Amino acid sequence: MSKIGNDNITWGTFSEGLWRDNPVFVMLLGMCPVLAVTNSAINALAMGLATTFVLLASGALISLLRHSIPKQVRIATYIVIIATFVTIVDYAIQAISLDLYNALGAFIQLIVANCMILGRAEAYASRNRPLKSFTNALGMGAGFTIALLCLGVVREVLGAGSLFGIDLFGPRFEPWVVMILPAGGFIVLGAWLLLFEWLKQRKERLELEAAAET
Amino acid sequence: MTESLSFIFLNAVLANNFVLALFLGLCPFLGVSGKLNTALPMGLATMFVMLVSSVSAYLINIVLVTFEIEFLRLIAYIAVIASAVQLVEMALKKLSPALFRSLGIFLPLITTNCAILGLALFQTFKEYNFTQSLVYAIGAGVGFILAIVLMAGLREKLELSTMPSITQGAAVSLMLGGLLSLSFMGFAGLGG
Repeated sequence: MSKIGNDNITWGTFSEGLWRDNPVFVMLLGMCPVLAVTNSAINALAMGLATTFVLLASGALISLLRHSIPKQVRIATYIVIIATFVTIVDYAIQAISLDLYNALGAFIQLIVANCMILGRAEAYASRNRPLKSFTNALGMGAGFTIALLCLGVVREVLGAGSLFGIDLFGPRFEPWVVMILPAGGFIVLGAWLLLFEWLKQRKERLELEAAAET
Repeated sequence: MTESLSFIFLNAVLANNFVLALFLGLCPFLGVSGKLNTALPMGLATMFVMLVSSVSAYLINIVLVTFEIEFLRLIAYIAVIASAVQLVEMALKKLSPALFRSLGIFLPLITTNCAILGLALFQTFKEYNFTQSLVYAIGAGVGFILAIVLMAGLREKLELSTMPSITQGAAVSLMLGGLLSLSFMGFAGLGG
């Protein structure tokens, strides 16, 4: 994380959420929506965008108000601000697409309880200038959306044989129903984490070997 | 609503277990399930907050409906839950400082445990009456304790076995969660 008081907005402000501090794959925050609504790619995308909006709006507002919020009641204040924006998103999705609203169910309202948003508010927005918090929130939101898509795509392709509702393999494909069930969510996320850990260890080993040769 | 109390209870504990079937409350499920002697108190604290917030949510909903301000429901619920968590935190700090320290950051994070907010929202959607809400809250709490204690037991065993180096960390816990979730699917016929 960048130093407190350093006001420069760099590429790193945005990109740390994408990969290095990815909220899902690295920090394991906000797991509930990650596993619950990623049974199809379109749900994953919608949830990612909704969460990104709440993250951006609450990050910017909290950052603007950071000097006027008393320290003792800050968590309660953050939660109320977040809940306000989630209510807005909830009604907006209901107005835009009722199908999507029914598919996501209570998980839109449960964005309030996504610990990633509160975590960012506490750790970043309350200590940085609005524009910087906004940039960082944009990166975090993008990282979150990408992670949701990673899961949603795998689970929909394997579990239903389709992608964004388009049939991929024809009628002879036998869907892996387990992928759409709750258990599939755990297993796919576990598999992604295994893959990333393997890549990380391989990179470290290669660097070690390169260092040994020189 | 005609659902019997025993049906609601079994449904919340087994068939629609909050953690393993509905994906609620995963942060503490993955974060505090490392050891049995922190998992159990965490489960009990969560269950207590669930009970308090279920009762308060039921009363608040009556007020909200009377004044036709249902759009404030989310904000009102989360404020109640945050206060209930604060209460538990203060009580625990007084009664057992050692436990308070070992739970650490996960104690205030009960506020953002979606199982609790989820419980309050579901009981409103399902239009449960007061007793049904109470039983639902107890069921959800027992289900949460069951899941987190099972997980902690498995992970304690896992500590003693040799594992490939890439499975260190959360990946293997998630896989275990997947297997537990699969086995809980066997209870699916009990609920609806």
